[in-house]
Order: sequence, then structure tokens, then C-alpha cells
Amino acid sequence: MRIELEKRPKVSVLFSIFSPFIALILTLIAGAIMFAMLGKDPGYALYSFFIEPLMEVWSLHELAIKAGPLILIAVGLSVCYRSNNWNIGAEGQFIMGAIAGSIIPVVFYEWQSPLVLPLMLVMGMLGGALFAGIPAFLKAHMNTNEILTSLMLVYVAQLFLDWLVRGPWRNPGGMNFPETRTFGAEAILPEMLASGRAHWGFAFAIIAAILVWLMMRFTLKGFEITVLGQSERAGRFAGFSSRKMIWFSMLLSGALAGLAGISEVSGAIQQLRPVISPGYGFTAIIVAFLGRLNPLGIVASGLVLALTYLGGEAAQLSLGVSDKVTRVFQGLLLFFVLSCDTLLHFKIRMVWADLNDTVKDTH
Amino acid sequence: MAGEQETVDGSLLAVDKLTKVFGTFAACDHIDLAIRTGEIHALLGENGAGKSTLVKMLFGVLAPTSGRILWQGQPVRIASPNAARKLGIGMVFQHFSLFEALTVAENIALSMDPGVSLAKISDEAASLSRSYGLPLDPKAHVADLSVGERQRIEIVRALLQNPQLIILDEPTSVLTPQEADRLFETLAKLKSEGRSVLYISHRLEEVQRICDRATVLRHGKVTGACDPRQETPASLARMMVGSDVAHVSAEGTGVRGDVLLEARNLSAAARTPFAVSLKHVCLKVRGGEVLAIAGVAGNGQSELFDALSGEYPVADASAIQLRQKPVGTLGINARRLIGSGFVPEERHGHAAVSALPLSDNLVLARSESDRKAFIGGGRLGIIRQDAVKRATKRICEVMDVRKSGEDPAAGSLSGGNLQKFIVGRELDRQPSVLVVNQPTWGVDAGAASRIRQALVDLAKSGSAVLVISQDLDEIFEVATEIAVINEGRLSDAYPAKELSREKIGLLMGGMHVGKQAESLDAH
Repeated sequence: MRIELEKRPKVSVLFSIFSPFIALILTLIAGAIMFAMLGKDPGYALYSFFIEPLMEVWSLHELAIKAGPLILIAVGLSVCYRSNNWNIGAEGQFIMGAIAGSIIPVVFYEWQSPLVLPLMLVMGMLGGALFAGIPAFLKAHMNTNEILTSLMLVYVAQLFLDWLVRGPWRNPGGMNFPETRTFGAEAILPEMLASGRAHWGFAFAIIAAILVWLMMRFTLKGFEITVLGQSERAGRFAGFSSRKMIWFSMLLSGALAGLAGISEVSGAIQQLRPVISPGYGFTAIIVAFLGRLNPLGIVASGLVLALTYLGGEAAQLSLGVSDKVTRVFQGLLLFFVLSCDTLLHFKIRMVWADLNDTVKDTH
Repeated sequence: MAGEQETVDGSLLAVDKLTKVFGTFAACDHIDLAIRTGEIHALLGENGAGKSTLVKMLFGVLAPTSGRILWQGQPVRIASPNAARKLGIGMVFQHFSLFEALTVAENIALSMDPGVSLAKISDEAASLSRSYGLPLDPKAHVADLSVGERQRIEIVRALLQNPQLIILDEPTSVLTPQEADRLFETLAKLKSEGRSVLYISHRLEEVQRICDRATVLRHGKVTGACDPRQETPASLARMMVGSDVAHVSAEGTGVRGDVLLEARNLSAAARTPFAVSLKHVCLKVRGGEVLAIAGVAGNGQSELFDALSGEYPVADASAIQLRQKPVGTLGINARRLIGSGFVPEERHGHAAVSALPLSDNLVLARSESDRKAFIGGGRLGIIRQDAVKRATKRICEVMDVRKSGEDPAAGSLSGGNLQKFIVGRELDRQPSVLVVNQPTWGVDAGAASRIRQALVDLAKSGSAVLVISQDLDEIFEVATEIAVINEGRLSDAYPAKELSREKIGLLMGGMHVGKQAESLDAH
């Protein structure tokens, strides 16, 4: 027996709309089974994981704080992935953006000016972009695989941050804790609403999503990205340069990841610590695919994935399960999204015939 | 030997209502076919008619959806190529599967039982190739052999299994006319031994010359079974195409204008180990001329196209001249702005992006050359969808592109219709220079004649047209001048009326400058 994937002649429009929702429902079912096996009441567990965080104003603010970086990074990644450049290192670009943006409030902490915050944001974007420029250079000129280089640079960024906060940037008045000094008032990204903690990082994410959507939908640049992603040779025929596209997509996604990094540090943490991200850069890959590489879809999927973070924290408290449950849910979601998308384009066919019988007389 | 095993109806292999369905598309639809012992049976049909699918089922590569295959009257299920070989079916594919770094004998050994020694295989192959008039040196490395010689390896490899039926898929598409003649002699010998040959082709002339019977396929169905010698090329073509094909009229070309496209000593190194380098290519195309470049596939045609189109610019600006301007170092869009158009060989993923709609594929070739019409919004570069859609519609009407829906994905069009669109996309700009690589490769006869006529008409209107083609029929239909490319070298151009197929064949086989003049005079 063998299993064959057979391409469907036509992709159902209805199912292509509902496929992410089906994936979501399957994730919940699998999650319920997992909770039951852990000996928890699945109904209550799912409620505290997915519903409770939505019931209170403060937790909605937390949702926006978590969704902001996810959306911002995923929007940049969508441009990369659409153009066939596989930037896996957004986590590192996020960290380097946070570090570059923190130079002013940490090193030049005495400088007080309304220019501080805008400069921090710009430097954050530059930091992320330059760090993404390393795999871009290596791919464009050395023909290396950007999946490996960008991924490995994540660890470089993480260890660099660790070294900074334990060494040269450690807060002199911080009782030897591995932290930088806390940011001054003008270095802090303000809250959007009076009702809670959510800062302007979420607004940046929404603006970036809309701008990138407009670019992909209406402009020649968006067309260039699509064409080069589908076929490098056709792009060359159109006069588009795949080398320039490597630079463009990597720098853009690096800049957005860097902006997410400095926004997170400036808006939510307000200092640098050894760990500043619960894996936003990696989760954003799931966000990008769950949103079908469409910036508007990414806004929705970013909110869903942010909820898994909140739910994980809530479940840790109310159910006493490990916070690794968050990772499990994210993995389940990605698995079901990709499976549903595959089944959208292919159908499974079982071939029962025996492979080993060669010429058979059917007389 | 084969004669004794003949069954009542005399067929060695018969297929009965054989059907293969991909999704909802029936590539082969209730096909009936009978191959007698000791005959050369032609399977005729255009590209996409279902020939390859049928053959793959016979050779065990694809499993039929329904229907029966009968071998010597017995129903059989052929589960794999190995099973086919055991039955006595040998196959020579259009695309060879040979390891270039290995010798002839080693390549043959790979398809044999592992127990046999290399020396024995060498001896057998050598004696077999001699007796069939297919000279082969078993110790030669495949990389050093010509395409014709590589085909001989495949044939010898098939013959070593002592098959009763040999299937040849478009064997002459890679051969010079002289090499093809040799192949036909071999086939005649196989036939005289009582073996059967299934000969797949879309070339009517050869089929009439060597085949005893023919089965014609169109759109996956059998549209005729006949003795090709009793038919005319026109009647065979009608079975293949379903209607009469318009004759291309080259009347009125040949009014010479200025030189619009010129290559001066154009050289380009091979970009990959499997590519061909261009060596001192010189050519001139005047307005009103159609220069056709003939040659066996893989002799530098794509590399020449890449250099002329500017997809891969060359180091020397003056090596390529468009309308008397040096453009060698310029990219493709700069060359388009000087008034040239380009049609690459590969439709999917080069000339067009299959997943994108036709309108996007129009922008693909013309975003820069028609920037004023198609792109608005200044530096933002917003694509004017309405203008693009109008132009797409216009091109589809002019070129008679048949499609489903207003603006379908390029990949949903048939090869012929997509090619008409791709050629029309360039003609719509009235380019003064058009460079086309394999304009009708894999295109149905109706679309092919439409495209060829369009190329001739463009030349008549005063443009310079360069056609790179492997199809000699096409070349004689459209060309005013003919040159031949061989191993990256281009011969001088000769007026089309002065060249015969034999002379082209000699040039294709690699008679280079210097020797050319004598050998042509000698004819």
C-alpha cells in the first residue's frame, strides 16, 4: 500500500477561506485531548487558556503588547518569504534592534530631548536591518544559504546581549543584577490609551501591515517581489534583480524586526535584560504562515498567537501546567495550518496495489 | 522467434480502451492501438495529444486508470519499467538518462543485472553496436560524445535486453538529418529481424518514409489509424490537428533596410559546467529580414539568447549592437527601450509566471518599456490595472488567444495559446528588433502557423527578426537568411533559398568556418 497526494484540479474557494478556522478548531480539539491526558478538565483548561484572557481590559492590553511585535516581525517576514528569501533569524534582528535602539538611553542617558525617542526607533530599525544585512550579503555575494546563516546569527545576538547586560552596560546602581539602567522618561514609548499598558508598538504594527499590504497589492515593487518569489528566471526576464531583492527583503524584514525589538524594550520592559523576547522572532514565522503571508491576515493571526502566550501564562497560574504548553499550542497550530493548506491543494489517495508483484496475469 | 508467438490477430501488443485521468483531465481517453509483429508503427500527434502518457503506461512508468494492455494476446499489468523490460519492451526516451562522467560501458552496465562483468558488457555492446550500424566505443566517456552518439547508447542499452518491441520517443528531435538517416537504417534492420518498433513523432515526412502503419492521437483520443504511405501530409496533419493548417506566406519579406541587430565577435564564457560558451559569434540582421539560427539542441542557443536579450550582459559593449547603438553591457530593459522585444524558449517560469494572471504577465515584459502607459503614481510605481487589462484584452484578440475567463492564470492556458500571448505581448509594441528562441516549441500546429505568420509579418513591416529554432520546417517557412550554431560557434548566414536540408545538416554536424565554403560548393 502507498499513499499518494494527488493535485486537486480546482481549489475550493469556500475551503480556502475556512481552512485557517478548521486548523484552529483542530488545534483546540488536540489541545483538549492533551489537557485530558494531563489530568485537567479540558473544558476549564481551554476556557482559562483562550477565553479568560479576553475578558478583562488589562489583559486585552497585554494581548496588544504581545501581538505588536509578532505582527511587526511577521509582516517583514512575509515580504521575505514571498520573494523566496528565507529569513529565519528575526529573533536575532529583534535583539540587535533593541540593543542599537538602547544605545542612547543606556550610554548617553544624560541627554534629554524630545529627539531621543524618534532617534531610538530609527536606530533600532537600523540595528535590525544591519544585522539582517549579514545573511543578505552572504547570500547575494557568497551564495550561502540564508536559512542557516540567519538562524545561527540569532545565537550570536542572544549572547551579545547577555554579555552587554552582564558587562559593559550593567547598571552601576543595580546591585549587580544583569540589567542596564532603566530608561529615562523621554526614552519610553508612551501608552496608546489611558486604560492600560499597551504602547504605540501595536500601532506601528498595524501601520506597517497596511503599508506592506498596499505595496504588495498595488505597486510594481510588490509585483517584483511576487515574480522573483515565483521564478527567478522570469524575474530576470522582467529586468528585476534577484540580488537586489535579497537585500531589499532582508533589510526590510530586519528593520521591522528591529523596530519591534526597540518598541518592546522601550515600551514594555524599559531596560535591557539578558532575555527580552519570549521567542517572538520564531513565533512570527508561524504568524506569517498562519496569515498566509498576507499582511492583513497576519494582523489576525498575530492576535491569535499572542493569545497563546497569554493563555500559557494564565494556564500556568490557574492550572499549574508548564509554560511549555504555549509552545505545544503554537506547534499544533502550525502543523494543522500547513496540513489544511496541503489538503486544500491535494487529495489523499490510497493505492492498495502491491508494489512488488511485477507482471501479473489476470487471466 | 517472435513470429512463432504471434497470436490470432497478429498483434504483439494491443491496448484496449486504455485511459489515464489526471484529476479531471483525461490525458488518454479510451485508446485502442495494435502493434503487429515486425512492423514500424507510428504514434502521431501534436505535443499534449497524449503520446507520452500512453507510452509511459506501456513502459510501466504510469498506471492506467482503466483499460487493458494485451501482450501477445494476454492481458498484462505492467507495474514498473523493469516489468516492461522482462516482457520484452525496450524504450529509448527523448531525454537521455546517462551519467556524463562515466564511460559508455559503465552507463550500460548500470541498467543490467549486477552480476555481469563490465568486460562482457563492453564486448556485447561493441558487437551489437557494430551489427546494427551504430558505431560506439565502449570506453569513451559520455561527456565527450555528441547527442546522436548518446542516443546510440540508449538504443544499444535497450537492444541488449533483446526486446521484441522498441519504443522510441521523438528520436530525431535531437539529430541532424544525416544522423537521422542512420537511425532509420537501424530501424529497418530491427524490423527485418521481426522486432516491432513504436515510433513516436510529430514529423510527418519521417513517418511517411519509414512507418508501416500509424495511429494518430488528438486531445487524448485516437483520431485515425492508417497506412501513412497512403496518406498525404495534409491529410495526416488534419488528423493530428483536426482542421487544415493555414500556410505561412513569406511573400514580401526580403526588402532590406538598415542593420538593426548585430553581433560582433560576441563571446561569452559558460556560466555552468553544463552550459556552452559562445565563441566569436558574428551576425547581422537587417530590417525586413528574418535570420533563422538552426542547430541541434544544446549547442549554445540559450546562451546566445541570454546574451542578445541582456538577461546576462556581456563585458564588451560593442559586441552587440541594437539599431547601431552598442548595448552589450546593458540589461534587458535598457535594450527594450531601444526598441527590441524578446521571446525566450521556456514559457513557464521564464517568459511567464504560471501562477499569475495574463495581465500580470503583460507587466512582466513591459513594466519598463511601457512605463508611461502601465505605471502611475510617480516613484510609488502603482500598476495601472485598467490600462494593463485593456492591453491584455487587445493582445488576446489580435493573437486569437483562447482562454477561460477574463484574466486567467498563465498556467491554465494551453501551450499554444500561452505562446501566442507571449509573442503577441512583444508584437503589440511593434519592436524594431525581435529575438525569438524556439517560437513554436511544443505548440499545436494551428498556433504555430499563426505565430510564424506573425513573425514574417513583423519583418515585412521593416523590423529585424532573429529566430533561433531546432525545427527545420519552421526555419524554411519563415527565414530569409539561415545560419547554423554548433558548439557555440555560428556559421556564416546564407540566403534561405540557397540552402538545402543536407547542407544545413552538415553545418549542424560541426563543419566550421573555413571548411564550410568548400563543402557547400562541393554539393
